[in-house]
Amino acid sequence: MSREQILREVSKNQPAERALPVIDIPVTTTHAEWVEALKKRLDILHVDVREVTDYSAIKAILQQQAVPQERSVTTIVALGDVSTYIETVKEDAHSLEDVDWAIIPAHFGVAENGAMWVTESLIQYRVLPFITQQLAIVVNRKDIVYNMHQAYERIAETNYDFGVFIAGPSKTADIEQSLVLGAHGPKGMTLFLLG
Amino acid sequence: MNSTITNHADAAIQFNLDEPRVDWHDKTLWFIREKRDLASHAIPEWEQLREYASQIKNNVLSNLSQYLQEFEKNAIANGVIVHWAADAAEHNQIVHSILKKHQIDRMVKSKSMLTEECGLNEYLEHNGIEVIDTDLGERIVQLAKEPPSHIVLPCIHWKKEEIGELFHKHLGTDKGASDPKYLTAAAREHLRETFLTRRAALTGVNFAVAETGEFVVSTNEGNADMGAHLADIHIACMGIEKIIPQQQHLGVFLRLLARSATGQPITTYSSHFKKPQPHQEVHIVLVDNGRSVHLGKEDFRNSLKCIRCAACMNTCPVYRRSGGHSYHNAVAGPIGSILTPNFDMRANKDLPFASTLCGSCSNVCPVKIDIHDQLYKWRQVLMKEGLGPTTKNASMKMMGWVLSKPSLYNISGKAARLVLKYSPFVVSNKLNPWYKQREMPAPPKESFKEWYKKNRG
Repeated sequence: MSREQILREVSKNQPAERALPVIDIPVTTTHAEWVEALKKRLDILHVDVREVTDYSAIKAILQQQAVPQERSVTTIVALGDVSTYIETVKEDAHSLEDVDWAIIPAHFGVAENGAMWVTESLIQYRVLPFITQQLAIVVNRKDIVYNMHQAYERIAETNYDFGVFIAGPSKTADIEQSLVLGAHGPKGMTLFLLG
Repeated sequence: MNSTITNHADAAIQFNLDEPRVDWHDKTLWFIREKRDLASHAIPEWEQLREYASQIKNNVLSNLSQYLQEFEKNAIANGVIVHWAADAAEHNQIVHSILKKHQIDRMVKSKSMLTEECGLNEYLEHNGIEVIDTDLGERIVQLAKEPPSHIVLPCIHWKKEEIGELFHKHLGTDKGASDPKYLTAAAREHLRETFLTRRAALTGVNFAVAETGEFVVSTNEGNADMGAHLADIHIACMGIEKIIPQQQHLGVFLRLLARSATGQPITTYSSHFKKPQPHQEVHIVLVDNGRSVHLGKEDFRNSLKCIRCAACMNTCPVYRRSGGHSYHNAVAGPIGSILTPNFDMRANKDLPFASTLCGSCSNVCPVKIDIHDQLYKWRQVLMKEGLGPTTKNASMKMMGWVLSKPSLYNISGKAARLVLKYSPFVVSNKLNPWYKQREMPAPPKESFKEWYKKNRG
């Protein structure tokens, strides 16, 4: 009932048609410059950036950092021998509460703000990149765009049930504007820039 | 709102009793305004983006009924349950009925100014449902039984020592501890347990896309996601003006929002909720609560373009020195002062006067709302309705009378200069509102008119 009443009132009161703009923000810089801009931005966001040539280099770093008692999970099959591979959703998501490390892929990254685009199909459990204590994201160097307009051009061609831009570890500055990493989500983040 | 003083000027007097604290509040907010400047100046196309955002929002207002129906259709196709609420009471009842149906009596909630506007927490608590706010700033003010004083930084008026004391009392942290890292870690532990045990989560909505039926929620803490993904029931509440036409428009708004709000290029998380998880119910509540009537007011409708970044609050010299609670509404500052009179003109008649009309708010607004012009227009409406401040009414009448009589004006000017020179105590006292927190200016020797006669006449 309220639906009809609201729509009637809105139709009656909405002003005359105003046209949508055509969004046209040309990008003049090169891909190499975007990668440099991304690295700079991630540094400000307290993200540990590791430039690697292949998965064996990522494995070596993960093995070096590994602490025996910690629980590490990954949704990247190539890392299955250094971290527990999650292929599909089998358990209740609450079972992830003790995950120390989650290593996940991203579709692409955005240089202007350091955000990585991740969708449900890449992480299996939606809560995984939030509930983990430490997050590592793997992204291909060629999959770096400059700005959010380019990002949505890429997203427009895809389909997802849930998607998220992740720009660094979880944080807050609610107490006297002092930055604290690890508000509710990960306390730290590593980015593997691959290729 | 449970603020006891409902007049901005009176509340501001209270706030100004502690001068060092006012200075601290002022500087903290100005620091955020400066971060906003750095972030916006780093983008050469900033003004172009503001113009796009303004045009997109104008288009939204002119097609709102169509976009709402398009959004509803696509959200339903995505498997989301859509509700419509005409007012705050209906909104609260809808949320309550969803919880009741699933026999849920405890819920987590991430930041939603709409639920503040509707008084949802009080309503649910009255009905035996516990609500825990999970944004750190909101949790702090909730523990203190206060409303947020700022839409982005809910506890910006709290000092860390006071938060330490509050946490000592409620969360058992060490007495006297005030290190933000320590306090945040304590809140993290306390809220993690909460996230893991709640079956329902409520979030706000930053943008809802008509084209795809998805909605976007932005946070830095990750609290909206921790709540929503772990819950069986996710309820998202939004004002009907939060609709945007197309997915590509998110590119414009997400570039503007965090830069305007805190000077970050984007928030840590921008979550796009499209379809529910298997075995999960997602509900969207579309709330009118006065917005459809507001849309019909030509002079005032474009305040519905607001994306709640709070840049106008951080830059406002009056907000910074009077505090968010002095506006006695969920949305304070310049934008609150032009939004709330649409909802209730009498209850908020003081707010359009809580401004110097300096125009800084309009300059920083990412969607180009003519905030200071609307403040001025509201004053005209309120004076016409006889709702202006009484002292202003009398002094304006006196002023009008003096200005209409040139000889009287000359004598008055001369008298004022003599008074300021020889008996400053006549104006430099508590009866003169212009003397509060200010020194009166030194009087000039002569008026401009006298100077002109002598030198150019």
